[in-house]
Amino acid sequence: MSTTIKDTQKMIEEVLDAYPEKAKKERARHLAANDPSGQCSTCKVKANTKSRPGVMTVRGCAYAGAKGVVWGPVKDQITVSHGPVGCGQYSWWARRNYYNGITGVDTFGTMHITTDFQEKDIVYGGDKGLDAALHELKELFPLAKGIGILSECPVGLIGDDIEAVSKRVAAEFKIPIVPVRCEGFRGVSQSLGHHIANDTIRDYVLGKGKLEKSTPYDVALIGDYNIGGDAWASRKMLEEMGLRVIAQWTGDASVNELGIATKSKLNLIHCYRSMNYICRHMEEEYGIPWEEFNFFGPTKIYASIRKIASHFDDSIKEKAEKMIEKYKPMMDAVVEQYKAKLEGKKVMLYVGGLRPRHTVGAYEDLGMEIIASGYEFGHNDDYNRTYPVMKEGAVIMDDATLYELEEFTRRLKPDMVGAGIKEKYSYHKMGVPFRQMHSWDYSGPYHGFDGFPVFARDMDMTVNNPSWNLIRRKK
Amino acid sequence: MKTIRIKDHNELFQEQTYLDQFENKREFEDPWPKEKVKEIAEWTKTEEYQEKNFARKNIKINPAKACQPLGAIFCSSGFDGTMPFVQGAQGCVAYFRSHLNRHFKEPLAAISTSMTEDAAVFGGLNNMLEGLENAYTLYHPKMLAVCTTCMAEVIGDDLNAYIRTAKEKELIPKDLPVPFAHTPSFVGSYINGYDNMMKGILSSITTGKKGEPNGKINVIMGFDTYTGDYHEIKRLLSLMGVDFTLLSDASAIFDSPNTGEYKLYPGGTPLEDAMDSINATATIALQQYSTLKTMDYIRKEWSQKALALPAIGVKNTDLFFEQLSTLTGKPIPQEIEDERGRAVDAMVDSHPYVHGKRFALVGDPDQLLGLVSLLMEMGGIPAHIVCSMGDKKFDEDMQSLLAESPFGSEAKVYSGKDMWHLRSLMFTDPVDLLIGNSYAKFLWRDTGTPLVRIGFPLFDRHHLHRYPIIGYQGVLNLVTSIVNTVLDEMDRKTMNTTSFDVIR
Repeated sequence: MSTTIKDTQKMIEEVLDAYPEKAKKERARHLAANDPSGQCSTCKVKANTKSRPGVMTVRGCAYAGAKGVVWGPVKDQITVSHGPVGCGQYSWWARRNYYNGITGVDTFGTMHITTDFQEKDIVYGGDKGLDAALHELKELFPLAKGIGILSECPVGLIGDDIEAVSKRVAAEFKIPIVPVRCEGFRGVSQSLGHHIANDTIRDYVLGKGKLEKSTPYDVALIGDYNIGGDAWASRKMLEEMGLRVIAQWTGDASVNELGIATKSKLNLIHCYRSMNYICRHMEEEYGIPWEEFNFFGPTKIYASIRKIASHFDDSIKEKAEKMIEKYKPMMDAVVEQYKAKLEGKKVMLYVGGLRPRHTVGAYEDLGMEIIASGYEFGHNDDYNRTYPVMKEGAVIMDDATLYELEEFTRRLKPDMVGAGIKEKYSYHKMGVPFRQMHSWDYSGPYHGFDGFPVFARDMDMTVNNPSWNLIRRKK
Repeated sequence: MKTIRIKDHNELFQEQTYLDQFENKREFEDPWPKEKVKEIAEWTKTEEYQEKNFARKNIKINPAKACQPLGAIFCSSGFDGTMPFVQGAQGCVAYFRSHLNRHFKEPLAAISTSMTEDAAVFGGLNNMLEGLENAYTLYHPKMLAVCTTCMAEVIGDDLNAYIRTAKEKELIPKDLPVPFAHTPSFVGSYINGYDNMMKGILSSITTGKKGEPNGKINVIMGFDTYTGDYHEIKRLLSLMGVDFTLLSDASAIFDSPNTGEYKLYPGGTPLEDAMDSINATATIALQQYSTLKTMDYIRKEWSQKALALPAIGVKNTDLFFEQLSTLTGKPIPQEIEDERGRAVDAMVDSHPYVHGKRFALVGDPDQLLGLVSLLMEMGGIPAHIVCSMGDKKFDEDMQSLLAESPFGSEAKVYSGKDMWHLRSLMFTDPVDLLIGNSYAKFLWRDTGTPLVRIGFPLFDRHHLHRYPIIGYQGVLNLVTSIVNTVLDEMDRKTMNTTSFDVIR
């Protein structure tokens, strides 16, 4: 075992010392020093297990995964937060899944629609109210292409039968009414919510859309939630290389697109964590191959474009090469402009489904180094994809707590940290440059050729803003 | 080297390449014909639509309210060294934290017991025990303030027994204050959660503390998300020479200075002061609806005078100082009288731009009462008043306020209604100005009515919460926001006409 790995392991042990015995034992399994070679047996973390009570996990719940990530962005379907008022309020337009349409008329993405459970619903059940609510929605929003019922905790606890209500009402309305059993107490994180949402796409809308013609170049863009317009930037590239994107899941998605992805020749998946389930299903049931790709930063973009093109004929491969040739000078110029200001800067990441590994290349394109990375709700397969892209001895953390993040920061002294809103302002107080890497800090897109310049600009402004220097730190 | 100009989403997606992409994507969307969409869009603006909209009883669309535990966490985080501790599912706590982070642009620590399926079956005792031990050991709080999510409420967790067990098992020290409040999300809203937690904390930590009167005034701000108000109340009470205890001082945690160090507990109401609050002369609350149970408890159990004295608007602030002066025997200092004079002077100067203007308002009960009062003082006409968390009492209070002024005669009060109702109202009976939180910007977009951002949450404008809305200084700030919103809009509408005035 190398000394860098040993040093990191020692540091992790010191950090863990503050925990009570049981929590310490459990948390130790989720923190590791990275070994890109895969040789070291103690360098793997355990993932996708329950968070310890009381340690201040950053994680959310199944509802957050199902509503906030997968179903929420589907623009022409009404998403009902079924239960008390809070969940829908706190997740209201928080993820910036951009879409085109007239909100409240043919699209509903920025609306907070809830059955607003009261005590009587808990006591007598909410099914009757739900049925009536669906009818009221149909009256007010006749152009809705579907309605999703996203269950909050009480629905599952009181034993409501939302499936029966959905079935009845769907038959009457002739549009999909999708019951999503994503109660927040299910599973250990957002992740189960993704899975549950994938399963409901499979059961209620997949294979049911309209597509007039097919071409050999039809692909589906999967696991891109169009945060700050990411999916649009990615789509632009796929189209420019000659592919026909017949479905965009689920950023700016329509219910129809969820239906027709089964006609794709290749499913392209960006966020593996949240949508691998449906890709596997389409592979098994419809024989559609799927390919993971990474549109963050030129190095990964070029490799991904070529990998995607390799599934198609020479005309696509040529167009792909031409596209790379066309954008490379711009990418080089961006790197040149920003690398000078960012070279050697150390980055710590703690994000969600794909970014802890997918953004590594983009940072490295700018000369930055990732010294720690981790997932809120990753699984083993995510970590297996992460170890090889991280440096030896880097900290790998699973379901990190506020305490751990703070301690690692103190010890590793990163030049910037990329994590979420709950972490953001404690880092501001610490005087550590910080970027929200869930919402792009209200910027974006970060995907593709149009996204990378924005990414580079934003990392520069984060690390090099002069206001950090005004902080009077205690000696 | 020429610097590359970077275009982000604000510009990129207005470029022709993208506009074409959007148009071409429609092929796969199975969209409605554009004429149909237009027709329905127009229909949503009609009286007929409004009737359907108001007929709904089972669904809320863009309501302006959130659930109890958010208010409970907000309340407890204002006590020094206190860690909010939530018994229930962990996603809720992630949401509470992020919601408050986004409004204040400040960190907030809060604990969850991460209850999952097994807790749903067996109850949350084990989660609570391990949670208390871990939270105490890792984060060293002086107090753990427990509230609940709906999960713990539905399965009926016995907080009192669980906390007792944790102490018996010596997982946490016996003398660690661990007050609790039941805060079901399916009852009331965050104003009730605030109230329940405040009552829970006070009733717990003052037990056995009744002693000599301390001559102080307790001040409770209520669910007030303006950190400026906390600084302002301290300044005003100090100016008057009143010895006071601010019960839950949210300004410590939600407006802490940047020193290059993250402090988990940057201050707040000292627990010794909070424990001694039982010995105060009186308690005043600056909100009524978020302190109902607490004030009732203080009156009955502490035998203290407890007055709700909201201080938004001139008359309300006048009453606040008069009552405070009576209560304490301290005269209102000239400095405060001067501030009043300045605020009124500003209202007189600005009245031509507010007089006769019609307003739609959406927000929390106490703020709405204060704002309506202020608008009428300036000759503004409240037209639509929407309070998603309003009840019968609010209706009555608002009606009697409106009856006090001829400017109140047009107003209609919509308790329990939401911003989709308000959208209909603003189409069928348009107003000049809209007052609401950041989510009201969708109404601004749909109806073209200029928005004055007052309330909670304020996500899309920075630092507004740092400026007080209470007291005479608050009047000045509110008047400034309102009148300049009118003037900004006037400029936008007249920029290509001769009315584009420089002097106003």
